[in-house]
Amino acid sequence: MPALPLDEAGKYVAAAYLVFLALVLIYVAIMAGRLARVERDLGEITDLLEQRTAEAEDDERETVPR
Amino acid sequence: MFGRGLKTLSLITVALIVGAFAMVFFYAPNDADQGFIQKIFYLHVPLAIVALFGFVAGGVYGIKYLRTGDRLHDLRSYVAIHLSLILAVGALVTGSIWARGSWGVWWTWDEPTLVSFLIVFLLYACYQPLRFSIEDPERQARYAAVFAIIAGAFVPLNFMAVRMAESLVHPRVLSTTGGSMPSDMRITFLVSTVAMACLFITLWKYELASKHATFRLRALKRRLADGEDAWTPNPRRSAAPTL
Repeated sequence: MPALPLDEAGKYVAAAYLVFLALVLIYVAIMAGRLARVERDLGEITDLLEQRTAEAEDDERETVPR
Repeated sequence: MFGRGLKTLSLITVALIVGAFAMVFFYAPNDADQGFIQKIFYLHVPLAIVALFGFVAGGVYGIKYLRTGDRLHDLRSYVAIHLSLILAVGALVTGSIWARGSWGVWWTWDEPTLVSFLIVFLLYACYQPLRFSIEDPERQARYAAVFAIIAGAFVPLNFMAVRMAESLVHPRVLSTTGGSMPSDMRITFLVSTVAMACLFITLWKYELASKHATFRLRALKRRLADGEDAWTPNPRRSAAPTL
C-alpha cells in the first residue's frame, strides 16, 4: 500500500499515542484508588490505637490506690 | 523497602519518555515507504519488547520463589506479569491501529508475529484466573510460579520460531542488519525502548511498594483488632499474593 498522506496518517498516530496515554492514566487512577484504601486502613489503625491507649489509661487510673 | 529510589527513578522515566516522544516527532525522519504512520513503531515495538521481557522476568522470579520459598519473589513475579499484560494490551491495540493505516485491516490471521504475540497474551491472560481459582496461598504461589516458568520459557521459543518463519508482511525491526534503519531512527528507537523499560521498572516498583504497604497495614490492623500476635490468613480470596 502507498504511504498515507500526513492528515490521514496523523489520526492513526494520534490514536496510538492516546491509547498509550490512556493506559498509563487508567493505571495511575487505579493506583490512586489503592492509595486511598491504604489511607483509610491507616486511619482505622490510628483510631484503634487511640482507643487502646484511652482504654489503657482508664485501666491505669482505676488501679491506682487512693 | 520497595520504595527506595522510586522518586529518582520516576523523574528519570518522565524525562526519558518526554525525550523519546520529542525525538520521535522532531528528530527522527519520516519513513520513506510508510510515511508519518511509521511513528507508531516507536511506541508499538518498545511496548511489545518490554512486555515480553516482563513475562520472562515473571518466570525468573517464579524460579527464585520455588528455590527459596520467599513470598516476596512470588509478589515480584505477579506484578511483573500483571504489568506486562497491560503493556501487551497496549502493543496489541497500537499494532492494530498501525495495521489499519498501513495494511487496511485491523488484524490479519496469516501473520506469524501477530498471531504468536496474541497466543502469548492469551496464555498470560490465564495467569490471574489460575491464581484466583486456588484458595490456599501456598499452593496458589507454587502453581503460579510453575505457570510463570513454563510460560516464560515459551516466550523466547515463540520469538525464535517466529523469526524462523518466512513472514512477508510484518516489518522486521530486530535483525543482524539492524532492520535497515538509518542511525537517527535507530537512536530514537533505542531511546524509546529504554524509556519504556524505565516506565515498566518504575511502575513495577511502585506497585510492589503499594502492595507491600497494604499487606503490612492489613496485618497490623488484624493484630490490633484481634489482640493476637499470630498471623491470621487474609479472609478475602484474591489473585494477588499475600505476604
